[in-house]
Amino acid sequence: MRRVATLYRTTVGKKVLMAVSGVVLFGFVFVHMLGNLKMLFPAADGHYAMDVYAEFLREVGYPLLPHEGVLWLARFVLLAAVGVHVVSAVQLTRLSRAARPAGYAKEESLSLSYASRTMRWGGVILLLFIVYHLLHFTTGQAHSTFVAGAVHQNYVAAFRSPLVFGVYFVAQAALCLHLYHGVWSFFQTLGLSHPRYNHLRRPFAAGFALVVFVGFLTPPALVLAGVIS
Amino acid sequence: MELKNSIPSGPIAEKWDKHRFDMKLVNPANKRKYDVIIVGTGLAGASAAATMGELGYNVQVFTYHDSPRRAHSIAAQGGINAAKNYQNDGDSVFRLFYDTVKGGDFRSREANVYRLAQISLNIIDQAVAQGVPFAREYGGLLANRSFGGAQVSRTFYARGQTGQQLLLGAYQALERQIGAGTVKISTRHEMMDVIVVDGVARGIVCRDMVSGGIESFTADAVVLATGGYSNVFFLSTNAKHCNVTATWRAHRRGAGFANPCYTQIHPTCIPPSGDYQSKLTLMSESLRNDGRIWVPKGKDDDRAATDIPQDERDYYLERIYPSFGNLSPRDIASRRAKEMVDAGHGVGERRNGVFLDFEDAIARLGRDAISERYGNLFAMYEKITGESPYDRPMRIYPAPHYTMGGLWVDYNLATTVPGLFAIGEANFSDHGANRLGASALMQGLADGYFVIPLTIGNYLARAPRMRVGDDHAAVKDTEREVKERLDRLMSVDGRRTVDSFHIELGKLMWDACGMERSAQGLRDALKRIPELREEFWSDVRVPGSAANLNQSLEKAGRVADFMEFAEVMCHDALTRDESCGAHYRVEHTTEDGEAKRDDENFAFASVWEFKGVGEAPVLHREHLEFENVQLSTRSYK
Amino acid sequence: MKLTLHVWRQDGPNDKGRHERYEADDVSEHMSFLEMLDVVNERLTEQGKEPIAFEHDCREGICGSCGMMINGVPHGPKSLTTACQLHMRTFHDGQEIWIEPWRATAFPVIKDLVVDRAGFDRIIASGGYISIRTGSAPDGNAIPIPKADSDAAFDAATCIGCGACVAACPNASAMLFTSAKVAHLGLLPQGQTERWDRVLAMVDQHDAEGFGNCTNHGACQEACPKGISIDYIAQLNRDLIRATLRAKPVEAGKDA
Repeated sequence: MRRVATLYRTTVGKKVLMAVSGVVLFGFVFVHMLGNLKMLFPAADGHYAMDVYAEFLREVGYPLLPHEGVLWLARFVLLAAVGVHVVSAVQLTRLSRAARPAGYAKEESLSLSYASRTMRWGGVILLLFIVYHLLHFTTGQAHSTFVAGAVHQNYVAAFRSPLVFGVYFVAQAALCLHLYHGVWSFFQTLGLSHPRYNHLRRPFAAGFALVVFVGFLTPPALVLAGVIS
Repeated sequence: MELKNSIPSGPIAEKWDKHRFDMKLVNPANKRKYDVIIVGTGLAGASAAATMGELGYNVQVFTYHDSPRRAHSIAAQGGINAAKNYQNDGDSVFRLFYDTVKGGDFRSREANVYRLAQISLNIIDQAVAQGVPFAREYGGLLANRSFGGAQVSRTFYARGQTGQQLLLGAYQALERQIGAGTVKISTRHEMMDVIVVDGVARGIVCRDMVSGGIESFTADAVVLATGGYSNVFFLSTNAKHCNVTATWRAHRRGAGFANPCYTQIHPTCIPPSGDYQSKLTLMSESLRNDGRIWVPKGKDDDRAATDIPQDERDYYLERIYPSFGNLSPRDIASRRAKEMVDAGHGVGERRNGVFLDFEDAIARLGRDAISERYGNLFAMYEKITGESPYDRPMRIYPAPHYTMGGLWVDYNLATTVPGLFAIGEANFSDHGANRLGASALMQGLADGYFVIPLTIGNYLARAPRMRVGDDHAAVKDTEREVKERLDRLMSVDGRRTVDSFHIELGKLMWDACGMERSAQGLRDALKRIPELREEFWSDVRVPGSAANLNQSLEKAGRVADFMEFAEVMCHDALTRDESCGAHYRVEHTTEDGEAKRDDENFAFASVWEFKGVGEAPVLHREHLEFENVQLSTRSYK
Repeated sequence: MKLTLHVWRQDGPNDKGRHERYEADDVSEHMSFLEMLDVVNERLTEQGKEPIAFEHDCREGICGSCGMMINGVPHGPKSLTTACQLHMRTFHDGQEIWIEPWRATAFPVIKDLVVDRAGFDRIIASGGYISIRTGSAPDGNAIPIPKADSDAAFDAATCIGCGACVAACPNASAMLFTSAKVAHLGLLPQGQTERWDRVLAMVDQHDAEGFGNCTNHGACQEACPKGISIDYIAQLNRDLIRATLRAKPVEAGKDA
């Protein structure tokens, strides 16, 4: 127990929590992005592929689990992951501020990337975006023509507006940067390093971030362009 | 002053064993009742403190640095000798002993050197076990190289950073004891004086360099591990803070100073580039394994090195010493370089160096092989000079590097003041008139890990105990003297900076008592030094306050001591009317221009007794007996 | 060449401190950066002012004493170079140079450019060693060590403890320093016995000193004059996690 306590107490332990909760969120983001690609599929039997998929998510596991059982379980895990991620981030940020209260009159950034320097503000932007996104597509308060269950329709209605598209574009850009540094950091923090493969970690992170970015934005772009209706 | 060297009787190979048996031991339970002060945290100090702490003594260690790891041992590049004979090339304890005595030009004490050679074996084991990453062969065993003209490969090394890795090993061992509470450390504390009560060393007075406070520490024994005094020349390869203060203050309190004129000049350093030059940088001697040393045959040759054809180059070491060539011993290589430069063959903008050329080695072995061997040194050279040794030869020149002289110690490393010990470069014991390459690290660690922890027990077990409180009259008097001296330095308020005096003293010493010494030059210097000291005390300016961090004041105190020390150095050089090892008197040369020893009259260690500032010191002699080696003339032709 | 210096001056730990401007004329390109400061200091002394306090000793890039921010970069603009080995040919005539001390809570300023780095020693004291009683070591060749392992340990062991990593890190983290020692000893067979306790103790001490956490910026690696890689930080993280998960047989049953 002493060792576990030490791990948690240390900054490294908090980072491990960041990394583990982060990887849950990467996984979610990736699956979410794959799901959104259903928007590109044609409708069959009068049902949009997206709506079928959404229904599947609600019913999966039934009758072993209640309706929406898996969905709520996933929501619970995600909420917990976000919670851990945010709490660790806040704790670590406060430690960092305490460790370096004063800056330099002249400062040259030696950091590896722009992404690494924007993790904190990027994280705040993403958190705000998540709230908006839930109000927008899950509960509907932020959506003018929201119809519960009609996912495809809600989606198309929303992204016809260039403004909404713009908001999502900015959020995805932030996510992309966050993932780029986050995925690489995940390897580093958990000590997943090996001299032979270390050089692949950055390209992998960049590739992952880019795939998510393109994957998420392709359907809305097609909506905006009028290809999907 | 009585010089009892305490060498045990019996055959040389059994002396140390016999001595260890004869020594009185301190009961393990009593060790923590003994306080031991160690000043300095280089190889000798750190290893001594770690080992004595581990043995159970109550150790307090002092350094003027912010951390023990900064000590100048860290800068040693080449390696450390040990008679392991891992190469099966005929090495043995006796051969290392013999080479060291011969290399020291028969001016060292046989018994000490033999012990050093014996202990060399344990040092390597100790360092490896601590995690020192010595160079290894592909089979995983330790690698060796031949170094500094040795005919066997007995030098262990860690790239060009052997000193760093050994010091970090000792530093980590020391930090372990500090963590365990057996050793207390006071960093940023400079020793200003030794407290002597009834002729016995009982503590030290320090200046807390941050607060400026003068603090006294008392103990049952004091060990000085404060390094050498090459900075008397101002320009040397020593770190900027290296100084003579601790040993000089001990000398003033009664400790004999031995062989101060034995100062080693290292042949391969980067020549100064301007008047602002603050120190000289050594380029490892290992470079001479592949580099060829030459100068243009013509004087004041302005051509670039690569434009000078072969037949207009003088590879003078290869010419004069066909069998040793570029690997001739340090003193010889240094002196020849000076000769060439003085005769107008110097190279570089300031004509103050000779070439060390890798063109042939690169052609023979390829650029990659050379880079593998010397890459870090080449990079360092390029950083400093802006020139790449791959494309044009290095420029090198000799520079003061190590001081064989130091506080006189007996076989137990005890000075002439009971309770005061000196280890490492601070003592005079093992290198005679000239130190072989890769032997300094060996001696520092031998003294620290394996000798002083035992011999100090022998002293403590026999010495009468006496508690000296902080309010003892001797403590108060010493403190007062230290304060008065600092106040005096602060109050001169003259016109000249401390450095300007140091530079002037350094130049004076380099000219009179550097690579070449003459009776006339030394006499002139002995006239000039007191004058310069006078000027210093009447015209130096130390800005700021003594009550906080004041680097000018720190320097001023050290330079003031150099001003006193320089005199005994010149006295020693003048009295030693022979040439031996690094001490080269122009009056004593063979027909070939080599150092000419006078064994009949000078086979002794000169030990000086302090009689007051400006007073002539008194010479005592410790006669050196050679029972195991035959005195011979060094020949490297 | 002529340079304009903006140097941080602070009389003591409690002083607020300020930048002061100095004109350095007649700077030779062959001077080292510290020699340039020496010349400025000589002039200040002659004018009756207090010279700039800065740490230095070996001036060969190995003791780790020197260290200052030079135009926002630890040890100045030349990579793999300490301030003492930085030469003025790196700068150009008329340039302005900002010189500041390392900034970190764990490195309080003592005076001008001098900071207190004793925290590094305490991190080493907490576990950065191999416990070996003097005289008890087996023969040096008793344990062959593959050259590659030995070389890798060496790369980590070249750390000079200057503090540039902390100065460069936006979080003032000393993870590069700590991990270099953890890796140096952890890569060698001799270091295995204490490997897990060592990493726990050293990271604990690192945090207790008030150094910040590593957010994988990699600025430390860029600033390090010895080129120590942040891969060692990954190794430290891995060792710390393993140390946590790994229960010794003797502890099994006690760890409930």
